[in-house]
Amino acid sequence: MPIKGTMAEKPIAIRVAGLHKSFGTHEVLKGVSLTAREGDVVAIIGGSGSGKSTMLRCVNFLETPSAGTIEIGGEAVAMRPDGTPSDRRQLERLRQSLGMVFQNFNLWTHKTVLENLIEVPVHVLKLSRAEAEARAHKLLARVGLAEKAGAYPAFMSGGQQQRAAIARALCMEPRAMLFDEPTSALDPELVGEVLQVIRGLADEGRTMVLVTHEMKFAREVASHVIYLHNGLIEEQGPPSEVFGAPKSDRLKQFLKTVG
Amino acid sequence: MTCPPPAELSSLTLLGFGDCGWGATLLWGFGNSLLIALGAYFLGFCIGVAGAFGKLYGGPVTKDLLAVYTTIVRAVPELVLILILYYAVPALLNQVLIGMGYERINLPQFITGVIVLAVVQGAYQIEVLRGSILAVPQGQIEAARAMGMSPVLLARRITLPLMTANAIPGLGNLWLNATKDTALLAVIGFTELTKATFQASATTKAFFTFYGAAMALYLLISLISILLFGRLEKTARRGQREQRG
Repeated sequence: MPIKGTMAEKPIAIRVAGLHKSFGTHEVLKGVSLTAREGDVVAIIGGSGSGKSTMLRCVNFLETPSAGTIEIGGEAVAMRPDGTPSDRRQLERLRQSLGMVFQNFNLWTHKTVLENLIEVPVHVLKLSRAEAEARAHKLLARVGLAEKAGAYPAFMSGGQQQRAAIARALCMEPRAMLFDEPTSALDPELVGEVLQVIRGLADEGRTMVLVTHEMKFAREVASHVIYLHNGLIEEQGPPSEVFGAPKSDRLKQFLKTVG
Repeated sequence: MTCPPPAELSSLTLLGFGDCGWGATLLWGFGNSLLIALGAYFLGFCIGVAGAFGKLYGGPVTKDLLAVYTTIVRAVPELVLILILYYAVPALLNQVLIGMGYERINLPQFITGVIVLAVVQGAYQIEVLRGSILAVPQGQIEAARAMGMSPVLLARRITLPLMTANAIPGLGNLWLNATKDTALLAVIGFTELTKATFQASATTKAFFTFYGAAMALYLLISLISILLFGRLEKTARRGQREQRG
């Protein structure tokens, strides 16, 4: 993948190379690659069934790749020939450096927002409870949920839950963030508040890989855009080119229908 | 002291703790029933948790063995199982032990009773717990995996607490079954509540009095249990919105 300008000097946060993924006989990804250097915001766009979510979920092995390599922070995830991770501890350690945000928030419903945020810092990263709580309160204030620390997720709006989920991911102080259609399950009027938080993260130079249907947003925050079609990268480049001057007919058609 | 013929005694005296009363025998049986039920239930719970995770996440051999276990135990009447496990299995075990040059072992009736009922409980609990684990939203488990939790930590911190709310109604039923299944141990001669009641009423011919009292005691356990399980479920459902049909 071509890397331009000053980005070339920055270390690589995430590299995906030659990724294949099949579900049974159905090949969803047919050899895709991606490089996110530190500070990059990579947006993956594409139609339904194009494989964009699968590609993102392969990065932290929520889906096991059928072939290809995944590197997190320069370290390749150890894999068996069939793609399953061979070193559970290594995978757990690498996963801790990736903050994942899901379409359906996936907050733990039996825990309050604060408990959600400190769960992994306390029990996995072995921070002291006081330290984790201080970190959590700071993040909750940042996403505008300072008053919701004691609330249970089921009693919050979708937008609030997603902001809490973002804060939960940030609370691990990850090297990079993965967003899997973070606004697709939200009512239209709640999309803005979540995008605003994500934009804030992009502005402070966080590394992110973002699967999204929000084309306008992708154009504004992404440093690199990948258009997936049928499990292959049809076109990619800086947002000004992908959105401003699309080359392939499929991408033109796609932008027309979603834009 | 010699007691007057039972027919001349009032029900209260018969149920009392005096020299001519059977209260102590009944309470002893009641206590035994409770202890056996508790022991069998918690041992069964351990079998259930391990078995449920084994059935869901274990290898093919584990899954097959567990399927055989739950199928057979749930297919055979409990009374038959108790007879098999009490008479046939220890006999077989002792033959093997003696064949290998060891001493034969005789487990106390109480321990055998607990083990026998736990084997039955375990099979049912596996199924209740397996269903409850499956009902835990996959996304919440994925979130924990994505954040680097180890499988054991994930089970302890996320899956088990989340499935508890789903499991409690079923587990409550099984507990009530456990308290009543203890009555089956009367056939192996173990003095639990039913056996004690049988002895008392056979001796005194005061059938109504004693079976009435036994019924009241079984009812008492059930009522208290229902109350406790209700509380437990409320705690386990914290964070959930109330569902109104």
